[in-house]
Amino acid sequence: MSTPMTRAEKADQLQAIARDRILVKDGPYGTAIQTYKLDEAGYRGLTGCNGRTFQLDQKGNNDLLNLTRPDVVSAICNAYIDAGADLLATNTFNANAISLGDYGISNLAREINLAAARLTRACADAATAKDPAKPRFVAGALGPTNKTLSISPNVNDPGYRAVTFDEVKGIYREQIEGLLDGGVDFILIETVFDTLNAKAAIVAVSEAGEARDEVIPVMVSMTLTDLAGRNLSGQTVEAFWHSVRHARPLTMGLNCSFGATELHPYVNALNPQVDGMVCVYPNAGLPNELGAYDEPPEMTAKLVKGWAENGWLNMVGGCCGTTPAHIKAVAEAVKGVKPRTWHALPPALRLSGMEAASFF
Amino acid sequence: MTENRATFINIGERTNVTGSARFKKLILEGDYTAAVEVARQQVDSGAQIIDVNMDEGLLDSQLAMDTYLKLIASEPDIAKVPIMIDSSKWSVIEAGLKCVAGKPIVNSISMKEGVEPFIEQAKKVRRYGAAVVVMAFDEKGQADTKQRKVEICQRAYDILVNQVGFPAEDIIFDPNIFAVATGIEEHNNYGVDFIEATREIKRLCPGAKISGGVSNLSFAFRGNEPVRKAMHSVFLYHAIRAGMDMGIVNAGQLEVYDQIPQELRDACEDVILNRRPDSTDRLLELAPKYKGTGEVAETQDAEWRSWPVEKRLEHALVKGLDQWVVADTEEARLQIARPIEVIEGPLMAGMNVVGDLFGAGKMFLPQVVKSARVMKKAVAHLLPYIEAQKTATSRPKGKIVMATVKGDVHDIGKNIVGVVLQCNNFEVIDLGVMVPFQTILKSANDNKADIIGLSGLITPSLDEMVTVAEEMTRQGFTLPLLIGGATTSKVHTALRIAPSYKGTTVHVLDASRAVGVCSALVSESGAQASDFAANVAAEYETIRVERAAGGKEKLVTLEAARANSFKIDWSAYTPPKPAVTGTRVFAEYPLHELVERIDWTPFFRAWELAGNYPAILTDKVVGESATKLFADARKMLDRIVREKWLTAKGVVAFWPCRRDGDDVVLFEDESHAKEISRLYFLRQQIEKRAPRANMCLADFISPKADWIGGFAVTAGHGIEEHLARFKADTDDYSDILLKALADRLAEAFAERMHERVRKTLWAYAPDEALTNEELTREKYRGIRPAPGYPACPDHSQKPELFRLLNAGQNTGLTLTENFAMLPISSVSGYYFANPQAEYFGVARIGRDQLEDYAKRRGIPIEEAEKYLRSNVGY
Repeated sequence: MSTPMTRAEKADQLQAIARDRILVKDGPYGTAIQTYKLDEAGYRGLTGCNGRTFQLDQKGNNDLLNLTRPDVVSAICNAYIDAGADLLATNTFNANAISLGDYGISNLAREINLAAARLTRACADAATAKDPAKPRFVAGALGPTNKTLSISPNVNDPGYRAVTFDEVKGIYREQIEGLLDGGVDFILIETVFDTLNAKAAIVAVSEAGEARDEVIPVMVSMTLTDLAGRNLSGQTVEAFWHSVRHARPLTMGLNCSFGATELHPYVNALNPQVDGMVCVYPNAGLPNELGAYDEPPEMTAKLVKGWAENGWLNMVGGCCGTTPAHIKAVAEAVKGVKPRTWHALPPALRLSGMEAASFF
Repeated sequence: MTENRATFINIGERTNVTGSARFKKLILEGDYTAAVEVARQQVDSGAQIIDVNMDEGLLDSQLAMDTYLKLIASEPDIAKVPIMIDSSKWSVIEAGLKCVAGKPIVNSISMKEGVEPFIEQAKKVRRYGAAVVVMAFDEKGQADTKQRKVEICQRAYDILVNQVGFPAEDIIFDPNIFAVATGIEEHNNYGVDFIEATREIKRLCPGAKISGGVSNLSFAFRGNEPVRKAMHSVFLYHAIRAGMDMGIVNAGQLEVYDQIPQELRDACEDVILNRRPDSTDRLLELAPKYKGTGEVAETQDAEWRSWPVEKRLEHALVKGLDQWVVADTEEARLQIARPIEVIEGPLMAGMNVVGDLFGAGKMFLPQVVKSARVMKKAVAHLLPYIEAQKTATSRPKGKIVMATVKGDVHDIGKNIVGVVLQCNNFEVIDLGVMVPFQTILKSANDNKADIIGLSGLITPSLDEMVTVAEEMTRQGFTLPLLIGGATTSKVHTALRIAPSYKGTTVHVLDASRAVGVCSALVSESGAQASDFAANVAAEYETIRVERAAGGKEKLVTLEAARANSFKIDWSAYTPPKPAVTGTRVFAEYPLHELVERIDWTPFFRAWELAGNYPAILTDKVVGESATKLFADARKMLDRIVREKWLTAKGVVAFWPCRRDGDDVVLFEDESHAKEISRLYFLRQQIEKRAPRANMCLADFISPKADWIGGFAVTAGHGIEEHLARFKADTDDYSDILLKALADRLAEAFAERMHERVRKTLWAYAPDEALTNEELTREKYRGIRPAPGYPACPDHSQKPELFRLLNAGQNTGLTLTENFAMLPISSVSGYYFANPQAEYFGVARIGRDQLEDYAKRRGIPIEEAEKYLRSNVGY
């Protein structure tokens, strides 16, 4: 048996494949879990979560399912594998001590991440074993948390922050350690609406890598909170890119925000700026009056295909409202379309505030 | 995004406690509001990066850095540019790095303490994602000669790039600018050392940039700003040519190299380039001659700063100066026993002066609103202390709940009234716009209000006000109800609103009357209030009696009115076909093109300044006030245009049509095969004396084949963000100013669009050449009446117009349930091209036309009556 590949080698392998074809990322867990219509008992699980007691209701705590209903999480993961996803993200969007605090289970953060990473790893490895020509990769997902480092929750006190940089860094570090121990290949910092939170995550990844004496590849994905193309901390797509580029992200991109129609100009804007892979996973359109997503898979696939044909994509998947059927349709739509090529940027001092500023 | 090639990068230096005495004072006093303004000014005057430095012995620098960076993070005007986190202490730098979302520059690290800490810090800088300034400093000390500067920088570069993996383009060297012309001979070559080292470092360290703190250079000439500026400019002239990329300079204060007087420039050049042994003496000799050219205005202005604090507060209130008001309020608070007494004493005294001057017509609304801004800031400062003391606060004269009613979004007038009332010690609870009656009445109950004030601009709001009044009666309210806003009138209030409400209902014509009315209504002696109420009731009753007695013009029947329609000889007229058919969308109309088309007279009217522009600027009575307001308006207008505060969007379209009675039928194409819409117009019914006709807009359209146009334009996109900013800053003045300007821009846009329609889009008057004044007086051919306004008074026709124009998608405009356009500052209407088309008012119509109209539109009579309430009834 050969020695297992390091994470850096996995990153190289992913990049090598990406020179040949457009990679496919999976879809969301949240809307997939909803289809199981789990009640409180359903969330607490068949085995009562190893006899743990909960102070608060757990219904809606999707991250807990990694412990209580691994069968559900694995089934969703496998559905995306069957749909053709090359990259599988862990079901850990809210599995950090801050967000889990809402359910009174901050103390389970490490355990949840470890379990999520292991079960996603197992699904991916089984698929790779079945078809070695199509290796599957695992990304440990870090969500934005529900606290912002750039914005005061109190309008009358703009200097106030509900949380500190070091606290955010700390809870991310805990999550990262669980994910790495569980065997993820990369860390995916996704749905970034506050850039400073993402920067704290990057510091945490970097410190974790230093402690383990290895390079941990990161993927970064920004989300836009308004149609003017800015995130909640006010940055444009280019400004954001300058803020996170020091992490040398394996992929940089956009997710969530809106549907593919609305994201179009910002995917276009990223294309010339990013000297790495671009990964985009939009929602299934905009929610309807009832808050549900009803863009059919063919429509999402058609829109995404347009980006691919423009040469804007290296990896593509789905976010809110997309289903395995969407991922399948997307995978088929981009099959055979030439992937985006990327190049080194001309040297410049690239800075940013809310807007980007480059000095050549 | 900004791209900058081969130009010098200005780094703002005024937000640096070591460089600016004023900033240091603000930070030491904890006046972060003013300190944030300093950063804003820096960006406004062209700084591309803001240097923030809190290195001051008396400060907790780490906390100050943290506080300040977090505050400017929420100011988009400032936070748009990158930050330079400047400190000699690593702990302060790291605290700063934890606050900045963008990619900043760290200023600075060095090998002063040895290589190891340098590597450690560089790694962290990289981890936090910042660029870095490296000082030419090592274990032996700061580099002074060219050789040492180059040697240290080259060594640091090698460590950073090859050991740390720092990208070369993220490295900036500061090879130390030292003072020259100090009289010490060893200092004479410092300028040359820097410039030469710059050249060499750029060659040896590819990708790296060079920066420096320029003001050090001229330390020897402290107090002589003109000479210092000249030295800086001369130095930069040479250093930039040698490869210097950026510098910490006062962006607004650089002399243009070519404009420095020759002898001064030569003397500076001699010093900086160390060209002759006596150069220092020669510059010293010359210096006094240039000293006087500095600014004197500041000292004059500052004289009032030496007055006693009460006088200073009064002065600030009367002049509307908010710069020092918090500091002065604080000073007063420390002198006076209880914080509330600062309000009751000097602040109210100051506001009384403002109130008196306003009452006497010596001060005008724009100034009053500015005064109110100052007052609000002072009160906001005192509130926490007052709360802390928990003593009974002084009772305001009265509490008034104000709102723009449901379906309406206009609030300039209401805001002005609110401000004026607050100046006069009324507590105002402003519920904003589009407020349903439930919210208004609940707020009045919850707050135990003394008065309710309703405002509205569009005609459907009149109905909504009646609804509020009826609801107040139903819920047993008795407190006075005030009615205001452009379409409201004493007659309407008397006839329609007052009868619906048991309590006192008063129409308030403008802000200047509001104080008198409210004071009378809440007067301590109940007698005055009831007298006032009785007088108003009697006056309104008289109006009703007069109306009932028929002091009205006579109406003719609809049939007779139609017989007396406006006749056009269609045989002598060929309707021009538009050059552009279909829809034309303007996604982002250039604002600067609209600025010159602004009709300023209504702008002054919005501020209750009477007179026509430009004569109003020199008017004996309001001239001074108007001039100041105009200057502020121009300033804001510049920023609106330059910084794209607003986005103007518009759509126009033309359709083949023909007249059918009082309707105009629109067709898909010129074959008239497929009808796509029908516009329903109203006809004047007031009896006319020959030869005057009973007009209807349909009269201007050929019964055979003609064209009609439609448009919707807005200048309001983007306004909310700025209004929110002003609101957060309790800055009513800017809030009202911006809304008034946006309204003017929207009107200017409608005018400009109409001109383009006449000249190129419809092109029926391609050679039109009118002056701005002639344009303002509508001397052109064709009209652009708007639904809801006199010639076609039914607002409910807007949805159809919007549908035809696809205005929602094409301009982002929406309509409220009462057909007000959102965002505010929008105009829509129809285009008529006939040379005989003119504006008129439909005015009162008869029951017969109402019934006919309802039938034509296929709506119940009650609904039509609701839409046309201003035109029927009475």
